[in-house]
Order: sequence, then structure tokens, then C-alpha cells
Amino acid sequence: MIIVKQKHLSKILEMTKDFKKLLIVGCDGCASVVQVGGERQAKILKSLLEMEKKMKGEEPTAIKAISILRQCDRQISATALKPWMEDYDGILCLGCGVGVQTLAEICESTPVIPGTDTKFLGMHDTKSDKFYEMCSACGDCLLFETGGICPITRCAKSLLNGPCGGQTEGKCEVGGWKNDCAWILIYNRLKERGRLDLFTKFRAPRDYRVSEHPREASIDSDEGKSSNE
Amino acid sequence: MSSEAYGELMKQINQGRFVFTGELEPVKTTNLEEVIEGARTLKDHVVAVNITDNPTAFGYMNALVPSYLIQREAGVEAVYQMTTRDRNRLALISDVLAAGALGIKNILALTGDHTTVGDTPQAKPVFDLDSAGFVYMLKKMVDEGLDLNNNKIEEPPKFNIGIAAAPNANPLEPEILKIERKVKLGADFIQTQCVYSVEQAENFMEAIETYSIKTPILIGVAPFKSIGMMEWMVKFVPGIKVPKEIQDVLRKAKKAGGKEPVYEANTEIFGELLKGIRKSTKVAGIHTMAIGFEWIVPKIIERAGFRTSKG
Repeated sequence: MIIVKQKHLSKILEMTKDFKKLLIVGCDGCASVVQVGGERQAKILKSLLEMEKKMKGEEPTAIKAISILRQCDRQISATALKPWMEDYDGILCLGCGVGVQTLAEICESTPVIPGTDTKFLGMHDTKSDKFYEMCSACGDCLLFETGGICPITRCAKSLLNGPCGGQTEGKCEVGGWKNDCAWILIYNRLKERGRLDLFTKFRAPRDYRVSEHPREASIDSDEGKSSNE
Repeated sequence: MSSEAYGELMKQINQGRFVFTGELEPVKTTNLEEVIEGARTLKDHVVAVNITDNPTAFGYMNALVPSYLIQREAGVEAVYQMTTRDRNRLALISDVLAAGALGIKNILALTGDHTTVGDTPQAKPVFDLDSAGFVYMLKKMVDEGLDLNNNKIEEPPKFNIGIAAAPNANPLEPEILKIERKVKLGADFIQTQCVYSVEQAENFMEAIETYSIKTPILIGVAPFKSIGMMEWMVKFVPGIKVPKEIQDVLRKAKKAGGKEPVYEANTEIFGELLKGIRKSTKVAGIHTMAIGFEWIVPKIIERAGFRTSKG
């Protein structure tokens, strides 16, 4: 899922200070699962903003908090926003960067402000209650030959032919020897499976055209199939 | 099968001579005198000198200019170090062609330390290629006269291609497999990170032989400019194992009377280390790294009982 983190309250206050009527829009998708941008968080943020204004003795902003099933779906968002968008002079979006832009496309004349920073595509480990980055959406998946461990994302240098000299005892120097070296993980897994041939093979430099921005895809066309075909 | 020699380094290796290389670091300066002076100091004692490329991701002077100038001004062959950290493949091709035009004979192909460990950690890391991809590209340029995308190069460059290795890597097997991968891609020689005991060199060479890697290896040796530097490396550089006896001797020397006894102890310790490595392994030579006190290299080599490379 897409991992988002709420921006610091002072930053949100700064970005929204000129609005008289503010609509906070949460998202019931990823942002809700990570407990940052769901309906509940939208309501809490509404209270916090109101409280801050009150404490500072500033003129109160009229704030309403709602949430949308999936902000990244343009039609769902348009339907959900329709009753409200005319009444507010600013929208504070608690979804991911896709959500912010979807809302901005729908509400062309109303500024949409990001209330979160979009961090990464991650796995939720409920045991440690942490999110771990797993995929960079590089557009050219090689997990079939790296033991299901993505070196593009989990190696700090995105090496295709690791490990580098910056690992020791399986830990990476980037970030202070806390993170696992993806290439040692890959080596261990492939060795366990008797597939070190996949480790030793040379992976030629990638063709970055597959991740040229902006990308688009459609469900029914050939776009979803291999670009090499 | 030995590689075709494009310069003196590979020529001497192919002749079976035990070679020494040195290392110089252009720093954050526009002054070129120091690095040329360092090359002059090393000239009669090593066959070639590595010029580092933004080592540990510190933003220093471009390595190509001093690589060229030590050849022209000091008459020492350069090993031009190039990392893929700061350049995409277009920039790499440009610099490789420029190096060829300037008569550089050796390129050490490196991935490079991550930007976040350097002095400008906010920088965007590039890593378009990794060191293996870079070796692949260099080999193609040299042997086939083609760039990575099969575009023809007029008057292709001729280099010998070096790679780095970490003899103290833990675990060691993936490191050896990685070396093997780059050897298959066409690396001509290997220069390693530093070892501090004959045993470390032996273990590494044993592993290399297990995988039937025949590419000539220059084992890295780095004396300590100061006790502070040693303490720092022991404390902060994982994978660096400095035997306790060496640490004790150097500390004792420092207590006995400061810099000079430390230099003397270094000469003794590293002279013995060189002698031991030569005696008990099949390395092609030694890569010395004495940044900022290059004058100690001839002393160490002499203490080890070698005639120098050019002797």
C-alpha cells in the first residue's frame, strides 16, 4: 500500500492560514489503513486546527472533515466532493500525492493543500507495527530472479549486481548499519534454494525508458503486457 | 590467459613482476601541486598511482585532471578511479572518452560509497550503472569500439580495467562471486581494500583460488598516518580488523615520543606485512594507500626487502 505521513501541524497551519472555510478530506484507502489520513484522523485534525486558532486568539476557520472511499478514483472523488466543493475556499487533503492531484483536477478553482507527505510503497508488519518499503514501481520487475527480494528498492544504491563493499555481517552502511543488505538477503535465499546461478549472473544496465515519467496504463489495451513483446 | 597490456602496470604484471601501486587523493582545492608532488615522491617506487574519485562521497576535484597531470608532469602512470555514483551512463561515456584522449591507460571501475556517508549527504545519488555494468560498458568500448548502446566510437579508447575487492567482507562468498562476475565481464586486474595481517590476505587469496579466479590481484595495504586515524578506523569502519598487536605497538610508539616513532613503527609493521604477503600468497603485487604521507611508501617497500617496481 501507499505509506503516507501527516505533515507537522505547524506546517499545516502555515499552509492553510488564509482560508476562511476549510474542507479536510480523508481517504478510506491506504491513508486510512496507515492511520494517518482516514475519517477519524480528518476529524482529529479538524479539532486540533480549531484549538490552535482558539489558543492563538485568531479568527476561527470554519472546518468540515469528510472522507472518500478512494481518493485515487476520479469518479468516486467527484461524486463525494460534489455537495461540498462550492462551499469551501480551501481543501486539505489527507490522502497520498495521487489523492491530492485527483482532488485538484476535480476542484479546479479551489486550492488543494497536501496534509501528508507520501513516503513509499510498503508492507505492513502488524507484529512490529511498522511499514517497510518494498517496491519502487520501477516498471521492470526482476523479483523472479532475486529470490523475491527487490534490490531496486531495498538496496540503497539499487544495485543490479550486488552486494557492494558497504555491507558487513549483512547490514548496510547507509542509515547506520541498521538495515539489512538486500544483496546478502538475496544471496542467502538463493543459496538456500540452490539457485546461486541467479545470484552470479550479470544483470545488464536497465532501460530507464520503461519508467519514463509520466507513465500511463489502461486496463483493456496491450499496455499491461510486456513492453518487450 | 593474460590481458592485453595497454600501459606499464599491466605490462609488468604480465611479465610476472611483483608490482606496487600507490594512491593519491585530489582534495577540495584548486591546487594541483600537492598531488603532482605526491606522484613525484612515489614515481621511482610504484608502477602506477591511483587517483581517487570523490572518495567516501566527499566532493573533491575531478580525478581526471590530476590523472592526466601526474602522467605529464611527474611521469607516473595513472589508475583513473571512476565511480558510478555521480554520473549517469552518458556522463561516464564522456569522461571515459576524455580519459582515452588524454592517454590514460587504466581505469578502476567502482560503484562508489553512497552519497549519504559523504560531506554532501543531501546529493541525489545516481548509480545508473553499478560497477559490474560499468566494467561491461568499458570492455565494450575498448574491445568492440562501441558504447553501451552499440553506437560506434571513432578511435575507441584503450584501457586496462581494474576492479576493487573487499578481502575482509563478511560473509566472504558473495564478495568472491561478485568478483567472479566482474572477471567474466573482462576485468584485467583487482586492487583490494586494505588488510592488516598476512592471514587476512591468505584467507582471501584462498577463497579466490577456490573459485579459480586467475585475474592478477594487488592486495591493499594502508599504513596509519596517526594513532587517531587508527583508532577511528578500528572504531568506525566495520570490516576493518587491525590485529591487537599492531594497535599495541603503534600506541606504545606514540607514548614513547610522538610522530617519528609512530612512523618508524609503521615502517616496521607494514614492511613485515608486505614481506609476509609476498611470501605466503600468489598476489601480483601490493596497492599502497598512504594518503598525505606518501614518502613512507618507499621506506616500507625497502624495509620489506623489495627492489622497487622500476628498479
